[in-house]
Amino acid sequence: MTQKRQSETKMVPVPSHSIVPERDVDKRPVLETRHLGIEFGGLKAVEDFNLTIGATEIAGLIGPNGAGKTTVFNLLTKVYQPTNGVVILDGKDTAGMNAAQASKLGIARTFQNIRLFGNMTVEDNVRIGLHNQIRYNTASGILRLPSYWKQEKAQHQKSLELLSIFDMQDMADVQAGSLPYGAQRRLEIVRALATNPKLLLLDEPAAGMNPHETEELMENIIKIRDQFQIAIMLIEHDMNLVMGICEGICVLNYGRIIAKGTASEIQSNPTVIEAYLGKRKED
Amino acid sequence: MVSLLSHLLNGISLGSVYAIIALGYTMVYGIAKMLNFAHGDVIMIGAYITFSAVHMWNMPPVLAVVISMVVCTVLGVLIEGLAYKPLRQATSLAVLITAIGMSYLLQNIALLVWGPNPKSFPSVIGLPSISLLDGQLIIAAETIVTVLANIVIMIALTLFTNKTKMGKSMRGVSEDKGAAQLMGINVNLTISVTFAIGSALAAIAGVLLCSTYPVLMPTTGSMPGIKAFTAAVFGGIGSIPGAMLGGILLGVIEILGKAYVSTELSDAIVFGVLIIVLLVKPTGLLGKKVHEKV
Amino acid sequence: MSRAKKNFINNLITYGMVVVAFLICQLALSGSIDGFKMSRSLKGQLVPICVYIVMAVSLNLTVGISGELSLGHAGFMSVGAFSGIIMSTWLAARFNMNNEVVRLIISLFTGGIFAGIAGVLIGIPVLRLRGDYLAIVTLAFGEIIRNVLNCLYFSIDEGRLHMSFLDPMLPGKMIYNGPAGATGVDKISTFGMGFALILFTLFVVLNLINSRSGRAIMAIRDARVAAESVGINVPKYKMMAFVISAALAGMAGALYGLNISSVTAAKFKFDTSILVLVFVVLGGIGNIRGSVIAAALLTVLPEVLRAFSDYRMLVYAIVLIVVMLASNSPFIATRIATLKSKIIRKNQTKEGNPA
Repeated sequence: MTQKRQSETKMVPVPSHSIVPERDVDKRPVLETRHLGIEFGGLKAVEDFNLTIGATEIAGLIGPNGAGKTTVFNLLTKVYQPTNGVVILDGKDTAGMNAAQASKLGIARTFQNIRLFGNMTVEDNVRIGLHNQIRYNTASGILRLPSYWKQEKAQHQKSLELLSIFDMQDMADVQAGSLPYGAQRRLEIVRALATNPKLLLLDEPAAGMNPHETEELMENIIKIRDQFQIAIMLIEHDMNLVMGICEGICVLNYGRIIAKGTASEIQSNPTVIEAYLGKRKED
Repeated sequence: MVSLLSHLLNGISLGSVYAIIALGYTMVYGIAKMLNFAHGDVIMIGAYITFSAVHMWNMPPVLAVVISMVVCTVLGVLIEGLAYKPLRQATSLAVLITAIGMSYLLQNIALLVWGPNPKSFPSVIGLPSISLLDGQLIIAAETIVTVLANIVIMIALTLFTNKTKMGKSMRGVSEDKGAAQLMGINVNLTISVTFAIGSALAAIAGVLLCSTYPVLMPTTGSMPGIKAFTAAVFGGIGSIPGAMLGGILLGVIEILGKAYVSTELSDAIVFGVLIIVLLVKPTGLLGKKVHEKV
Repeated sequence: MSRAKKNFINNLITYGMVVVAFLICQLALSGSIDGFKMSRSLKGQLVPICVYIVMAVSLNLTVGISGELSLGHAGFMSVGAFSGIIMSTWLAARFNMNNEVVRLIISLFTGGIFAGIAGVLIGIPVLRLRGDYLAIVTLAFGEIIRNVLNCLYFSIDEGRLHMSFLDPMLPGKMIYNGPAGATGVDKISTFGMGFALILFTLFVVLNLINSRSGRAIMAIRDARVAAESVGINVPKYKMMAFVISAALAGMAGALYGLNISSVTAAKFKFDTSILVLVFVVLGGIGNIRGSVIAAALLTVLPEVLRAFSDYRMLVYAIVLIVVMLASNSPFIATRIATLKSKIIRKNQTKEGNPA
């Protein structure tokens, strides 16, 4: 009898010890992972990864090289299928989904080594980001039915609008592959935003940028969060950026979370310092 | 029962030829990460050279085979240096199309030099066949020589890759080209040597193939070439024992398919095997699993 | 100039070129151009030219736009050819259909549909593979199609179609006879229909490229993981490109099959696939107009230069290698770039600086 009663109980996921910004407490967290892990041929690349991100939080994922940060992104975006645990995006379990389906649930990302559609124009890159936002079927595309003209026009306008976030609307007809490095990184963010995400993952957005550009990027990340009311999670080695804009920070080492907290908590955490600088020699 | 045995023997013989050809594919694929589409046509050139040496210049067969091996080795290194080396950084699409172009070039050169008419290629192996079970089962000398050649080559190659410095360089380059270069391995030289070995083996395969199927045409090499690639994939690309296993299995499947299913469909059966292997176990029977880096 | 306008003008040039070429050929055929008469052999090449243009454009959709090397395009052509022939014969026998234009159109679409179905069946396993493996498996399927066609027999008896596998004993008049192929085909293909098929193909392919689906296909080609990350259903769009390409090849095959009185499956072997690939590479991978020009020129040239025909494939092979090296080798590419800049600088100094 007890067993029966138990199976009738509706279980609601409640993450045990997770922090979200105060303003997000009443909103559904955009991302929850529980015991997330993946093995490559017996090697545990990520293990027992538990994280909750608030609806409008800017979160940071940091850790030494090879800690498994990008693997976490690949798990969250379903490029890799986890061997353990669950990823819940906006309240929905992503088990068995592929990357394209995860994108439809509202997760978007940029790549550490830029992956633009290099042979196409800047505008086309953004239009591809709008693939599931402004749509018409293949037949109306080939037959040039009215819906084609209407939706193409809508795509064009929306693309320029999104490009204007980074003041890139004048580059719309430039080939994406020929853009300077910084502009390519910004275009990747625009393309990701075009998918209308609820959670935006940025993989080393400041890599290769000078301090001035990084400063600008920080302002833009906050601007994007405020304007679109979305959550942003970023991997970054630039500690000024991470400590400057991230609200919740998660530190990864050898595939495991070694610390979670606010910037000041992380900065004074001895385990984190040890992971980055090595164990201090006892005098 | 005896006919099954005889089909099996024929299959093993044909499979041994596939195995030797497959070695060329598997080594090149493992190290240069490219499908050398022209490999089958190097076999054809090798067979023509042996044919010309024996029947036009009246050389002893052993010398003819050695000359053929030398010519094919030079040819293989030349092809790699002229056509493939400039494309190290290019897309696999570009490399494959170039290799197809090279295959057609060799076929058409052979067409101009030796003409379009099929040449009958009398066996260069002048040994008697063995008769067993009161003459019910006849094992051709070609079969024995082919299988023996296959075994000798396999042992020699295994020793070479495991014991010599060049062999270890090859394994290093196939594992990680960049890291091998940093460790002081001459990557270009290693790739050239791989092509040289593969092409020399192609010359032997050409002679053995034509000793069993005595018709020589400019297109003789292309079908066995594609089937041998199938064998290499079947066994697990990059693996030397895999090439041997895949080759022999494929040869047996082909001969049994011809004998018991349909002559028309034997090629379809062989290619069906390729498709099933690639879908079910893309790494082949003895291949290693690799992860895509994102 | 805006991107959309540029595309529009580019497409207009491609259509215009085809229309002008067609009109010139029509004038030459009617004999109204003085001193320019079309030779018999060249006349015989008019439909094949159309066939190969459609083949090249459709293969370019797979190789250039979708970025997958297919080596079995002739296989789809053969499926289209024989299903088109059988449909045409059946229509004539069953319904006494005398209107050849309608019969041809129905046969072309039949060829396209059957080749498209073959495209779906082959695409399901093939498109799960990548790169060299995908290429070799398309080659394998091309050969399998040929093998299977050699085992099929079709006959028509009092308007009823009979079919068998590996059994040549069928009632009535044989239409398709295994390895002996189709004989006594009613030759109903016309140059005009070939021209119409080219326009149809260009309409489908060019409009597809400049649409949401076309951009999705090209996105997968350029960066598969990134395309997935923005929510593009990769298998769906790869399949779409593959099947449209196969269906168009099938229509070309039907046009080809109904242009000659007898045809066997051996006509559609690997060499034909490679020939079409040569057109695509020489015209420029991904360049549709280039495919049209290359296919037309390379089909006509050997007819015009008879003496050259022995060396035709040899020259093709060399050109294929040289073009790939020139367009992909960093060594040669930098040489060409410096040469170009030198020439431009020379021209500038020639024009003289006002200062």
